[in-house]
Amino acid sequence: MSQYDVVIIGGGPGGYNAAIRAGQLGLKVACVEKRETLGGTCLNVGCMPSKALLHASELYDAAMGKQFATLGIEVKPKLNLSQMMAQKADSVTQLTKGIEFLFKKNKADWIKGAGKITGPGKVEVTAADGTVQTLDAKHIVIATGSEPTPLPGVQIDGKRIVDSTGALSLPEVPKKLIVVGAGIIGLELGSVWRRLGAEVTVVEFLDRITPGMDTETAKTFQRTLTKQGIVFKLGAKVTGAVASKSGVKLTVEPVAGGEAETLEADYVLVAIGRRPYTEGLGLESVGVTTDKRGVIDTDHFKTAAAGVWAIGDAVHGPMLAHKAEEDAVACIELIAGKAGHVDYNLVPSVVYTAPEVAWVGKTEEQLKEAGVAYKVGKFPFTANSRAKINHETDGFAKILADAKTDEILGVHIIGPQAGELIGEYCVAMAFKAASEDIARTSHPHPTRSEAGRQAAMGVEGWTMQS
Amino acid sequence: MADIMTPALGESVTEATVARWTKKAGDAVRKDEILVELETDKVSLEVAAPADGVLSEILAAEGETVEPGTVLGKMAAGAAAAAAPAKTAAKAQAAPPPPVAAPAPAKAEAAKPAAPSAQRIAAESQLDLAKVAGSGKDGRVTKGDALAALEARAAAPAAAPAPAAPRELHQREERVRMTRLRQTIARRLKEAQNNAAMLTTFNEVDMSAVMALRNEYKDVFEKRHGVRLGFMSFFVKACIAALKQVPDVNAEIDGQDIIYKNHYDIGVAVGTEKGLVVPVIRDADDMSLAGVEKAIGAMGKKARDGQLALDDLQGGTFTISNGGVYGSLMSTPILNAPQSGILGMHKIQDRPMVVKGQVVIRPMMYLALSYDHRVVDGQGAVTFLVKVKDAIEDPQRLLLDL
Repeated sequence: MSQYDVVIIGGGPGGYNAAIRAGQLGLKVACVEKRETLGGTCLNVGCMPSKALLHASELYDAAMGKQFATLGIEVKPKLNLSQMMAQKADSVTQLTKGIEFLFKKNKADWIKGAGKITGPGKVEVTAADGTVQTLDAKHIVIATGSEPTPLPGVQIDGKRIVDSTGALSLPEVPKKLIVVGAGIIGLELGSVWRRLGAEVTVVEFLDRITPGMDTETAKTFQRTLTKQGIVFKLGAKVTGAVASKSGVKLTVEPVAGGEAETLEADYVLVAIGRRPYTEGLGLESVGVTTDKRGVIDTDHFKTAAAGVWAIGDAVHGPMLAHKAEEDAVACIELIAGKAGHVDYNLVPSVVYTAPEVAWVGKTEEQLKEAGVAYKVGKFPFTANSRAKINHETDGFAKILADAKTDEILGVHIIGPQAGELIGEYCVAMAFKAASEDIARTSHPHPTRSEAGRQAAMGVEGWTMQS
Repeated sequence: MADIMTPALGESVTEATVARWTKKAGDAVRKDEILVELETDKVSLEVAAPADGVLSEILAAEGETVEPGTVLGKMAAGAAAAAAPAKTAAKAQAAPPPPVAAPAPAKAEAAKPAAPSAQRIAAESQLDLAKVAGSGKDGRVTKGDALAALEARAAAPAAAPAPAAPRELHQREERVRMTRLRQTIARRLKEAQNNAAMLTTFNEVDMSAVMALRNEYKDVFEKRHGVRLGFMSFFVKACIAALKQVPDVNAEIDGQDIIYKNHYDIGVAVGTEKGLVVPVIRDADDMSLAGVEKAIGAMGKKARDGQLALDDLQGGTFTISNGGVYGSLMSTPILNAPQSGILGMHKIQDRPMVVKGQVVIRPMMYLALSYDHRVVDGQGAVTFLVKVKDAIEDPQRLLLDL
């Protein structure tokens, strides 16, 4: 039986960052992971492989379509799907090995097996071969993440009806793919297969795509995706799915009422969201409570049980790898007696489609609902020199600032590499910057970052380049 | 090593100026020996050595502004140090000690840079960001903070305009820093002029009766009370009698209200080499003439010795100023805010007066009453002055409370 300062259950972005930070702070730490590799959903079947396919498929699409031809590059590309999958797997392997290296560097023990709390300070680990060991821990951190939310009436068979994990490894390019759920995951994976040649229809229960995204931005986003060939069926409810060897028949009816219809596709991706993975962890053995959806109740990562902490997707807040990473650092620092803190308002969101969508802070709808007087500065990429040069002019940058203090309250960018641009605003907002602070800061020319600066100028009405 | 600290300076006094160091760095000093003199708005005070030792370092140079708790200098303490070192220290420091650089006011940490927008606002609107509380990360000043500070500044009553840049000195001119006392006098006089609806009414008084009384009794009075019988005590008593009749003059304005004071604390302006101070004779209505004379004498001595405490200067209800001692024939004194009246006494001068149809020579004094017309109306002011005149011309009225 081994004695640890901290035992972390789960080796995803929450767990592995917690382990690294604990090691840095001199705590004796173990991280329990039941997968054969570290990195959790994000590295193995989430962010990383999806980005590998998004990058590759975007280049393929550019070569196939008018983009390359416009630039004067004439090619006839041929898709090698197995190579595309292989390079994805190779990148993922390198990344998970990287985490192993970081564990060694920071003296964090990786315990392979499924972890379960059996009592205060006790974590039982069952390895793949059935051997069981118990770890003694002064502090237990639950970092078990989340899993895809199942859709009632639709059975994920992993062949024709798949979740996000399955959609990252389809054996062929579907002729017709139906994506259930117009959230970030569905639109990213839908984009991948659309670019590789599938006809993609997205079915969404709500009457809008990407709930949580600023509405104006979401409308522009939907228009852009539609232009690319994705078909949207909004306000539509999936009531059943029948899979055969060659395809799926999906029953869909309008949420507002009306005739049900049957859609046919050779593959269906169910991506209606994720739910905390907190069952079977022995939470009841120490009195840790969850809400109905399985979200663990915490107060600054402390659960109801002394010495048991929880972070990442298993607790409240956006289900994002970088949010789990923030939680991890703050939680371990609190355990080490430091002042860990996370400002969830400053956790950015990114959709890695083309164009990308990225935002941080409040949407216009949130500000209106809160009754905050705000000003808007907006700048289209059609007027940005770098975007123009690259023939990538879809989208805009929008900055929302307090009408009185000019403090930046929200930033919404839709355009190429929006995800790379948003970091500037995370820093700015952490420093309570005013839009004028951005407007009066030199940005390199020609870059897309200038669009943000011009939008910032627009808040006070002096946009110079449109 | 002991710190020489700025002591508490008294109610409502937040800073003092280092007036003079009586010792140099390196001097041996004995416990309770005066090291440095400080000057505040109201009083001068001295800081003594806390122990025997050597004044090792002067941190607050002359002219520097210090707050209670500011370290003025440092002392190497110890009896041994006190005995011998006077000479050794002097020898060891054949060259005068290098002037000690005035240290920046102790700040807990370096100020964090303000946001670019806040800096722009500060530059455009002459806003001192050091005085703006920052709400940003680690106390940085954000644009919102700067805008709020501008708003607060606009809302506040227009502060004294920023002093103009010092003008060039011409030949045969000399620039001397105002002492804190002088600055305070200047500020308060101007405040009084700005705030009150001030005007002055005049009368004249025949001093014959008081002078006769004084001549007759001055020796026996001095023998009995140990203090000379002057004219001031008569005026104090005459004013109190007049104040009782015209309470407005003993009142002050406080916002929308008038505060009437049923006590008679008379400030008596005393000239000192550093400037005018106005110690207060408290409850002067309860005192005999001798009591008033004694109180005035004690205050005058304290003032000249720089020993006045803050309490001696605060809370007067009416003031008497005597420009006559310098030969002034007529003046319009400025109120001692927030008081509503001040009596100006002047030089006694023999003048031809018409009394009962005859021209006679009388020792006459012009009297001036400056008053705040917001509280005191013209009739009250004139009545007050006539009442003082009557009491001085016929001191028996004081006796009979007429």
